[in-house]
This record gives sequence, C-alpha cells and structure tokens, in this order.
Amino acid sequence: MSIMKFAPEALKNLFKPPVTTKYPFVPFEYPERARGHIDIEIDQCIGCGMCVRACPSSALSVNKNEGTWTINRFDCIVCGYCVEKCPKKCLSAVPGYQEPEGEKGEATYQKSPEVLAEEKRKREEAAKKAAELKAQKANEQLANEGNKAK
Amino acid sequence: MAETICPENILEEIPVDILLDKSLEKKKQGLRLSQACAAYVNDKYELSYSFANDETYELTTLRVVIDKDTVVPSITEIVPSAVFYENEMKELFGINIVMLSMDYEDRLYRIEQEAPMGPKKEEA
Amino acid sequence: MGKRSIIPYGPQHPVLPEPIHIDLVIEDERVIEAIPSVGFIHRGLESLVDKRDFNQMAYVAERTCGICSFQHGMGYCEAVEHIFGVDVPDRARYLRTIWAELGRMHSHLLWLGLLADGFGFENLFYQAWRVREKVLDMQEMTSGGRLIFSVNVIGGVIKDITDEQMQIILKTMDEVEEELKVLQKTFLEDYSVQSRLHGIGIITKEQAHDLGCAGPFARASGVKVDMRKRGYAAYGELDFEPIVSNAGDSYARCYCRMMEIYQSIDLIRQAIGKIPKDNTLATPVKGNPDGEYFMRVEQPRGEAVYYVKANGTPNLERMRIRTPTFANLPGLCEMLKNTELSDIGLLVLTIDPCISCTER
Repeated sequence: MSIMKFAPEALKNLFKPPVTTKYPFVPFEYPERARGHIDIEIDQCIGCGMCVRACPSSALSVNKNEGTWTINRFDCIVCGYCVEKCPKKCLSAVPGYQEPEGEKGEATYQKSPEVLAEEKRKREEAAKKAAELKAQKANEQLANEGNKAK
Repeated sequence: MAETICPENILEEIPVDILLDKSLEKKKQGLRLSQACAAYVNDKYELSYSFANDETYELTTLRVVIDKDTVVPSITEIVPSAVFYENEMKELFGINIVMLSMDYEDRLYRIEQEAPMGPKKEEA
Repeated sequence: MGKRSIIPYGPQHPVLPEPIHIDLVIEDERVIEAIPSVGFIHRGLESLVDKRDFNQMAYVAERTCGICSFQHGMGYCEAVEHIFGVDVPDRARYLRTIWAELGRMHSHLLWLGLLADGFGFENLFYQAWRVREKVLDMQEMTSGGRLIFSVNVIGGVIKDITDEQMQIILKTMDEVEEELKVLQKTFLEDYSVQSRLHGIGIITKEQAHDLGCAGPFARASGVKVDMRKRGYAAYGELDFEPIVSNAGDSYARCYCRMMEIYQSIDLIRQAIGKIPKDNTLATPVKGNPDGEYFMRVEQPRGEAVYYVKANGTPNLERMRIRTPTFANLPGLCEMLKNTELSDIGLLVLTIDPCISCTER
C-alpha cells in the first residue's frame, strides 16, 4: 500500500517560487503570433470587400466611397480568414485582446483625408478617361452608321 | 513503420423495409454502430446508418432514401445505442420514426422550432 | 426491495463544467436506471451550412468545441479534401499531426485535473493544470491561439512551425515528461486515489462494443480501436500502438489517458524527427465540392465522424459531426446502473463528457 504519494511534491512546491506571474503588476508578454485582435493599415485598403465576404461571423463592413472599414469587435472571432483573403495584405492579427466594454460597439477606421483626396482624384481621372473613351466610341459608331447610310 | 489500415468506405443503398434485416445482419457480423444521421435532399430524406468494423477499420453505410411521410421502423430493438441518433433525426428533421425504445417526444434538444432542418414549411 | 425514487442530477453540478441533466432512478442509494437529457446549449452549428460557404465552415467546425478544437477543424477539412481529391502537402500533414497531439495532451491533462478535482484532491488538480499550461503555451506560440488554432484550411494549413519553435517544443516535451512522472506516481499508485477509482463503473468489452463506445472509454474496456490507425494526416508514417486496458473500470480509464499522454509526447518527437522540409503548406482548391464522404478521426475523447455532403454549390448540402461524447452517452447510462449515488459525479466525469460537442 502506498499512501501520501503526493506529499513530497506538495512540500517541494511550498519552497518553490510560484509559477504564476503577478499579472497586473508584471505585464504579460504575448507570443509573437498571438491572435488578439484584427488590425488594419487603413491607408492601404482598397475597399474591395473580400474580407467582408470571407468573414464567418459577419463582423466586418466596408464603405468604399467614404473610405471606412468597420469591425464589430464583439462579433469577431479572430479566426484570421480575412487576413488570409486580403489582397493588399493590409489586415493583420496582432496581440492584445479586446477589452471589456459596457456596450457592444463597432470600431470604424477612416482613411486619412490626403489618401482619400488622392483616391478621389484618381477616380475622377479614371471616370474622365472612361467618359472620353465612351464619347470617342460613340462618335466612331455614329460615323460608321453614317457611312452605312451612305 | 506501423501498418495502417484505410479501406474505402462502402455505401449500400437499401429500401426501407429491409432496414431491420440488414441491421441485424450487420450486428451479427460483429459490427458497431458508428453513427446514424439524416439529410434532407431534393424533397427526400436520406438516412445513413454507418456500421464500423473495428478490426479492418471498414465503414459500411446503409443508405435509406424515403419520401417525406414514410414511416421508418426504429433499429433500437436491435442496436440499443441508436436511440440518441434516432431521436435526433426525429427532432431535427421531423422523420416519422416509430417503435423507439426511449422516445424523447422531440424534447432531446429542447429547441423551439419544429424540425428546423427538415422540409421548409409552406407559407399559408 | 426498497422504495424507488428519482433524483435529478445536473444540469448545474459542481463536478460538471457543462450542463447535462440525468434523472437517476434510485433504490436505497443504488442507481437502477439513468435517463440523460441534453439540449441546454444546442447551437445548431450543423444548420449553419445554409448560410456559410464550405471554406468558412472550417472555422465554424473548429469552434464546435473548445478543447478538441483543432481536431474538429482537421476532421472537417480532411473530409472536404477527400471530396475534392486533393493531396495535402507532406509538411502540412506532419504539422497537423503535431498540433493534433498537442491538443490531445492538453485535453487529457485537463481531464486528469478535473478527475482529481472530482474526487477531492485539489492539490493534484493544480499540479495537473500546471503541466497543461506548458502545452497551452506551445499552442499559443505556434498558432496564435491558446485553444482555438484556426490554422486549418481546405487543402492544408496556413501557419508553419519554425525550426526554433520545434526545438522549444521538444524541450518542453522533456519537461512535461518529467512532471508527468510525478503525476503518474500519484494517479496510478496512490492509495486514496485508487480507493476512489478501482472497480467502480465497470463496462465489459462486450458492453462497450454493443453500446458503440469510443475512444479511451472503449479502450479501457479492452476494445482495441484507434482511428489514428487509419493513417490520416501523418499517422500512417509514425509508429504507435493503441493503448488498451482490460479492467474496464474508472482506474483503467485513468490509466489509458495517462499513458496516451506519454504516447502523444512520443508521437510529437517522431513527427518532429521526420518532418520534411517543404515550402508549400496548402494545395489550393478550385471550384466547389461535389460528393459525399464519411471521415473518422480520433479525438481525445474518441472517434468522431464527419459527414459532408456537397452538391457543387459553395454551400454544403449537409454537414454532420458525430462527436465522441454523443456515442458514449449510451455507455454512460449503462455504466451508471448498479452504482452508489455518491459515485455518480465521478463516474460521469470518467467518460470525459463534452456536452457542447454533443449538442453542436
């Protein structure tokens, strides 16, 4: 019969330093890969909406015109599928967990005005070009039809 | 290197009236009921009863395709461990399974909706 | 014959981390019959296939359970990969094996701790979970999540374990093995532990087979069945034998799980020794799946069956997860018969119940 098998170990534990850390006073170090929350480099975002379609918990929304990217952090399950899908690789899962809050809210990221202005300029340029192209095509078509009529 | 045994799964389609005979035959062969599940495909129920052989790691599935209101006899008299699977089918799909050894009367999962994974109710 | 009465057990009970309700028909402190009822936490994950496509379902499947999370994701992905007929890269197969075994280790250590808590050995409970913490750190270091890995995709994995991380894992495995020996001495040899486990809740081999029991619960009764022998992931290239005990009582279950932790350590060492150098981690899949497959994997709690039926659209027709605890419920009811009322708490624990899995 063997009794008190655990007693030596329990006694040893008495004289060992604790394995836990004094958390609020000693900051916790997350490993490099820890998936705490999803972060975005919003100026890189092109608003394609791949992440919105990929998200299994429907926590994301994107507004391309206003240049915003919205995440409901309380719906997000930090699976990292949006990070995988992002064509510009501007999303990343970074350490640091979502802190508790009184109300479920959404976090919206807004592109900086310079980038937004730049994009708007580019869009307008593109629209202009497209319009020119269209006008040109229409003219050609008209000319063609005119030729046929003759 | 350890030898591995990975035979292909076998699928046997059988009519509903020989389900009990077939189950008895599988049980006599010394197979274990690995799982039983249902699916609702194209207005028909597909019931799958998978029997596993623990020596050859072979999985034989009995597939029964039935209409919506066909009465299915329960195999719990032959394989007692099927009771939870069949209760689940009955509750989630609304399949008419009779002669269950322990019938939970659709209260296994305590869900509000009736047969949520079965046929969609036509709107009146 | 004494007077019969019914005692409700659960859904809230100190030894149960999760809600299960059992109606116990007792006669003079002896249980005559046990009627379980579940359904307190049914989430309907299976019917989510209507709304999520098959890629997203990999993440949903993984969140079926918090303890055997990786193996749920892996089982689902392997089933869909079989339908597609894609080959997973060799390195991904080995990585899956390493992660799966880490998951098994921490699950068994969790169970050992809960068992110690169940029979009132608080100190041992702390010790077991202290060892478990090291395994959890390995999981967090390699995948980024302490319990939910989210590394499985259809066709492979998305994260790699670097060589330095492998060395850290090997070093931790040595430490864990040392600490396990202390635990083993107490769990398997201590008198007070034995008196709570020996000869209680016996399930014979025939019963275990007839009732369709799975995993360590069946193996403790002498049923030599281990789905890892089917050779999914990289198990086909590793050397191991299922751990079987013949006693069929609670002590045998404790013994089986204890020895399986050693086995997992051994498998991780073998896998790290054999892992091929390879840059591709996932084979991309194109199109939508069409067909059906039954995939069986060995989870910490036993055999889990994944049935995937696809019809060529992004949304699957049917996904079914048959979790090990669901298969062990009939065995549990049989085991509870003819036992003392005071042992019920411990006995329910010995099948390693995972009720969230059961109800999905």
